Amino acid sequence: MQRKTIHLTLNGEPREWSVYPNELLLNVLREQEFLTGAKYGCGIGECGACTVHLNGAPMLSCLTLAIACDGADILTIEGLARDGKLDAVQEAFLEHSAFQCGFCTPDMIMMTRALLNENPQPSEAQVRDYLRGNLCRCTGYASILRAALDAAAVLNVRRNIHAAEERADA
Amino acid sequence: MIRLDQPNLANLPELRHIGKPLPRIDAMGKVTGATKYAGDYVMPNMLHAKVLRSKYPSAKILRIDVSKARGFPGIVAVLTADDLPGARVTTDIPGVTDTAKRAGTDAPILAKDRVRFMGEAIAIVAAEELAIAERASDLIEVDYEPYPAVFTPAEAMQPGAPIVTEPDNIVARWRIVKGDADAAMKNADVIVEGTYKTQFIDHAYLEPEAGIAWVDENGVLTIRVSTQVVEHFRSIAAALQLPQNKVHVMGALVGGGFGGKEDITVELFIGLAALKTRRPVKMIYTREESLLAHCKRHPFTITHKTGVTRSGRIVAAQVNMLADSGAYVYLSPYVLLYAASSAVGPYRVNNVTVNACAVATNNTFTSAFRGFGAAQACVAYEQQMDEIARELDMDPRQVRRINYAQAGDTTPNGQAFRGAVWLEECAQRAWDALGEETKANAPHMKIGRGLASYMQSYGRITWFHDTSQAWVGLEMDGSIVIRCGVPDIGGGQMNTLAQITAEVLGVPMERITVYGTDSALTPLAGTTTATRQMYMSGNATYQAALAVRKTLAERASQHLECELDEIDFADNTVFVKNDASQNMPLTQLIAICAAEGLPRANLSLFKAPFTDKLDPDNAQGDIWPDYTFGAQAVKVAVDTETGEVRVLKSAACHDVGRALNPAAVAGQIEGGAAQGLGYALMEDVQIVNGVTLTPSFAEYLIPTASDIPETKTIILESGTGLGPFGAKGIGEPALTPMAPAIANAVADAIGARVTQLPLTPERVLEAIDKIETRFS
Repeated sequence: MQRKTIHLTLNGEPREWSVYPNELLLNVLREQEFLTGAKYGCGIGECGACTVHLNGAPMLSCLTLAIACDGADILTIEGLARDGKLDAVQEAFLEHSAFQCGFCTPDMIMMTRALLNENPQPSEAQVRDYLRGNLCRCTGYASILRAALDAAAVLNVRRNIHAAEERADA
Repeated sequence: MIRLDQPNLANLPELRHIGKPLPRIDAMGKVTGATKYAGDYVMPNMLHAKVLRSKYPSAKILRIDVSKARGFPGIVAVLTADDLPGARVTTDIPGVTDTAKRAGTDAPILAKDRVRFMGEAIAIVAAEELAIAERASDLIEVDYEPYPAVFTPAEAMQPGAPIVTEPDNIVARWRIVKGDADAAMKNADVIVEGTYKTQFIDHAYLEPEAGIAWVDENGVLTIRVSTQVVEHFRSIAAALQLPQNKVHVMGALVGGGFGGKEDITVELFIGLAALKTRRPVKMIYTREESLLAHCKRHPFTITHKTGVTRSGRIVAAQVNMLADSGAYVYLSPYVLLYAASSAVGPYRVNNVTVNACAVATNNTFTSAFRGFGAAQACVAYEQQMDEIARELDMDPRQVRRINYAQAGDTTPNGQAFRGAVWLEECAQRAWDALGEETKANAPHMKIGRGLASYMQSYGRITWFHDTSQAWVGLEMDGSIVIRCGVPDIGGGQMNTLAQITAEVLGVPMERITVYGTDSALTPLAGTTTATRQMYMSGNATYQAALAVRKTLAERASQHLECELDEIDFADNTVFVKNDASQNMPLTQLIAICAAEGLPRANLSLFKAPFTDKLDPDNAQGDIWPDYTFGAQAVKVAVDTETGEVRVLKSAACHDVGRALNPAAVAGQIEGGAAQGLGYALMEDVQIVNGVTLTPSFAEYLIPTASDIPETKTIILESGTGLGPFGAKGIGEPALTPMAPAIANAVADAIGARVTQLPLTPERVLEAIDKIETRFS
């Protein structure tokens, strides 16, 4: 098999990868980039532990070929905090202790972030539905649901303040 | 946001750190993805290893040919039983020096001439790349000859049945006799009989078994592994014929344990490969491998015969238990003891006989799983309580109220409940939290409510003579280091130690660092199992912190010219209680102590109560330090056309003694209830004729965010636990009552009982059909 060189953006930084056609995105992230926030939980797309964002959408990196990511914009949990400041979803998970062992926490946070990008004001039922492909064995999901809904509320307040400020400036 | 209801019924004193839902010390790493688990570590020149596993549940191995694999490019080592020192892996509890052991109790590390379950390890391949190691099964030829097998305990107990491990298939027995159940049964007005069955289930932690091993510059075999037990270094040393001080087990934060990482997993495979190759060797189980080849929860068949009076008082109970131990013994004798001793639950029953037996089969071996036998017992005794109520035409809650144990009552093994027993309080609150009765929204929908009370021990069996050690020390800048060999499996085990120390020494949590889970560098603290770490290592840390405080307080009382008992510590400051203007910074006090050579650190050992081993033929005496009590109530909707059960609402109420960190306690309770929901409704490792039919999360279903009901968590604090500040353990208790509560709610909804877990749609429909046939 021949390696192929691809170019992409990883957590806001340009990257050049030389990858085999059968290499999985999860393995490249973990073994070449040493970004271990995305986890191997099942390897066949049944647990969600490997979730990252690919061009803004949540993606199972254990089922994604790295070679297919040429030109893509990839975000992992390691790139979610900006300038040393946690994302609102991370803050909410912290606030609600929405984890126990923490193994699924990166994927739960990435999935929640993707949900709130798509739907800033989800109902509890919508949160449950969106997260149902991401397994957690420790928390019983209760604290995760609280954190997700709280993050949505906080982001909405921030958006409203921001909009009010813009109106005031105008 | 956390829906806690803390009535503080026991009037506990207010504390500065204890009882607060403080952010955990492990939180930031977990929400940023920075936390490293065992499988995240890499080393230079590292090899990847895979295990070749048996394709058959029972077979003789006629020949293993590894010649093709040994010559294959990229393969560095191939190991079979022929390469091993010959020792076996102990499957008894680590740290227990019990000499009376069955001949066949210990398991081979690699099968030599016989395999006893599908997935048993036969060979190890270490290669430059994982993909090459994965080709082991193509490259190693194994000739098998099928060997007679047994797949159910009933078969295994037949005379002349094939023997799984020597000397016979009975791997454990317990008989508990209290009073005279035969005689008392004759005085009963009504006799109620019931048989309840549970299934194999998998821990299904999201982190599969993982580790990396290397031999260091001093010849020490070092293993970084996801484990609940760093003390396995001793059994690893024994199996590999190394001195115990030449094996070093370093844990990592564990991505879920639940008992599944209590026994040895990858340690010996990677240890052997590292010794052979002198290179670092890494192994991560695939999910399929994890579902196939690590231990499962014991399936039990439990038969109750209960004698009751017309007014609902239990006068006698006879309970028989049969557990499937699978192909190797592991912790079966102890799981069985937990089950047997809690056979009648938290009820006052003066005449009890329990006969319990664990039997070897050619199924995947079974061992520890959160609830550890006591959970299976609860599935049976709580359904039996509802059946008693049905026979007597009484409210199940009333039958429970009449029979609940009180403080001072004893278990079947004669152990007294010494602390508070708030069974009725917990049951009432959990039930009330279900709220208004729900009306079914369609004729084919039935709504039911169910309750289960429970008792679950915390702390290890007292004849294991359990201890834990912790070291607490102040640095010159006033920060604190805690060293304690506690594996943190996600319950916040390390955080608890920091929170206790913050309280005692008046230093904020962010100034405390905890080093844990290392068999050589941290004082040994025992296993993170048996709901014991808060109790054991919490007390060890508490003692150590108090000792440091005493030294400091004595010196401070001289400096501040006050009595010793007037000194207090808070916010990095030492001050006089009734006159805080008289104070000194903690760092100043530390500097004085350092200059004078006074100790600023302490290593403390905490001992649980010690007892002698019980007689297996009548088992009378103490077995555990103490118990946690509580109740779970649920409301379910059953679709009588499809048989589907949906839990609408769940309310749990537990007396945790004292919630050291209410957010962590709520997390345990909510998570335990969710696992109990899976146990009741969907989880089932289907092993048919020794073959696992559920090797992935597509077949082995665990609850998702969509399956979880509206949840109410009620934490009561009697303050009577044996942990620091009166705390009781909650890790295992959180799971125990959920499955029977759901089973009772389904029976309430449809008017018939499904006595076999899980309550699948097929079984629910079958139960409904039986009633309809009866009345048609």
